Amino acid sequence: MSTTVTRRSRLHRKEHQAALVFVAIPVIGFLLFTLFPLLFSVYASFTNWNGISAPVFKGLDNYTKMFGDRYFLKSLWNTIYMMIGIPVGLAISLALALAMNRKMRGTTFFRTVYYLPVISSIAAVAILWQWAFNGDFGLINQGLGLLGIDGPNWLQDTATVKPALIIMAVWKGLGYSMLLYLAALQSVPRYLYEAAALDGATAWQQFRHITIPMVRPVTFFLIVTSIIGGSQIFVEINIMTPTGGPEFESASIVWYIWQKAFDNLQMGYASAMSVVLGLLVFVITFIQFRLNRRNQFSID
Amino acid sequence: MSAQNVITTPPLEPTGPIPGSAGGQDKSGPRRRTQGQRSAKDGLRLGNILTTLVLSVGAIIMIAPLAWTFSTSLKTKDGVFELPPQWIPDPFVWENYARIWTAGPLLSGIQNSLIVACSVTIVGSLTSALAAFAFAKMRMPFKNVLFLGLLSGLMIPFPTLMIPQFTIFASIGWVDTLLPLIVPGVFGNIIMIFFLRQFLNSVPDSIVEAARIDGASYLQIFWTLIMPAIRPALAAQFILWFMAVWNDYLAPIIYLNSPGTQTLQLVIANFNAQYAIQTDYPLIMAASFIALLPVLIVFIVFQRQIIESIALSGSKG
Repeated sequence: MSTTVTRRSRLHRKEHQAALVFVAIPVIGFLLFTLFPLLFSVYASFTNWNGISAPVFKGLDNYTKMFGDRYFLKSLWNTIYMMIGIPVGLAISLALALAMNRKMRGTTFFRTVYYLPVISSIAAVAILWQWAFNGDFGLINQGLGLLGIDGPNWLQDTATVKPALIIMAVWKGLGYSMLLYLAALQSVPRYLYEAAALDGATAWQQFRHITIPMVRPVTFFLIVTSIIGGSQIFVEINIMTPTGGPEFESASIVWYIWQKAFDNLQMGYASAMSVVLGLLVFVITFIQFRLNRRNQFSID
Repeated sequence: MSAQNVITTPPLEPTGPIPGSAGGQDKSGPRRRTQGQRSAKDGLRLGNILTTLVLSVGAIIMIAPLAWTFSTSLKTKDGVFELPPQWIPDPFVWENYARIWTAGPLLSGIQNSLIVACSVTIVGSLTSALAAFAFAKMRMPFKNVLFLGLLSGLMIPFPTLMIPQFTIFASIGWVDTLLPLIVPGVFGNIIMIFFLRQFLNSVPDSIVEAARIDGASYLQIFWTLIMPAIRPALAAQFILWFMAVWNDYLAPIIYLNSPGTQTLQLVIANFNAQYAIQTDYPLIMAASFIALLPVLIVFIVFQRQIIESIALSGSKG
């Protein structure tokens, strides 16, 4: 009896060792490229570090400075403002998913077409939309011209630069949310609709009381991931409005962090802002995990 | 029998499902059906036609900027500013696609992007798959703690880490090389580990145990049993990751300055900044289109895996 126990524990020990070696690589990567930089960021956020000379501890200076910094507040506001595109995009993509959920020909083709912008590189997309938003010769204003509207100089005008970026973001993201909605719609049991129809429910009532609740987990997932993604918007800003837009109207938080850190070498201040951004994302993710635990996510 | 059909058919027309839209019903043709079948089918068909119409208008909007890019890339420098705009360039200037290769380091950009994307995804997929195997099928102390620790890393956005990461790589002299883009990636991808681990839950434990009894090492089990089992999931994740690395812009712009080391996305962004001043839009659009092409091809080839994988990973959150 005792020999089998020791043999088994020896086997277990071997298994433990092998398993530890297998997970060691990602764990080391995590320590080197996530945990250590994170701690370093938090530390640097309390200093006046410029990336070259040794950092000097400054306490909460950077954090108090932040809330008096007109440009930080502006970039924070811009970032939040540009999230208007999220609900708009969700509504359109749900409508598209409903349309594609019908049994008809051509849905595969449509899925591909609507999905193309999602996989296209954001750098290339930003360049082509910059051209599309050109005030004189851009695609958008030429389209508006057909309707007799004299379009603005989108990216140079304080009133239109954010709407322009929102339009582009909606265009780019539609295919992704549409696909997730389509997957959710296809898992809704048909008998629910049949039962509702027998009870005399109208199409709108069926949509309101069956479809909307059944796709709620996807809606929730999309809202949370879009907010996280939206809070990190950078590439389109950097390419389409390299100076942060007219009167700083399109500068986002990440754009401002990037500029402060690598152009102005205010690494300490930029770190403080990046920590605030990290906290923001953490809170959003935490809420998602908590609320989603019931029906979606589980470990084991 | 035929008489009955003659009687039922005429009154059927006015009771069509949607009044005032007879256009859609014309195509129902001369084939005869009973009343119920016919009106239901016509309703469905009419709905399908309307839906197709709406989706087609949407599809045109989705495609227009991409088509406009391609069209502009084939115009002359002045043709771009012609009013009304030409959708079909006159003449076709295919030379734009020849010019881009000498106008900027496009070729070395493609090469650098390939080096980064291939090394990261190939090595990183292996390390991720190995870790997923251990997390899903092997006994180990603190397994769930380690896994949750890794997962928690997902909550930290890259901008929060980029300044210290830059400092680390600067201190070892790796700035302006491809290494800062490659090295963090080869340590694996937590999303991929998570996804493969979930996938492995559906693979029975008994095959691993049987192989152990036969005396196979864990590495052999991984290679001969686990890898073939997870191949579809691995392929889908691999493609998604490859596209993400290929399209990345923020990390490259932090680390790479000299034209020779820049990745494709940076090269075309520089093209854009440089040639916009000279209003050479055909050249910019040609370069952008070249940058879009590889991923478009990958997508069209692997469409099914990509779409299934997105639908799966998205709804499993």
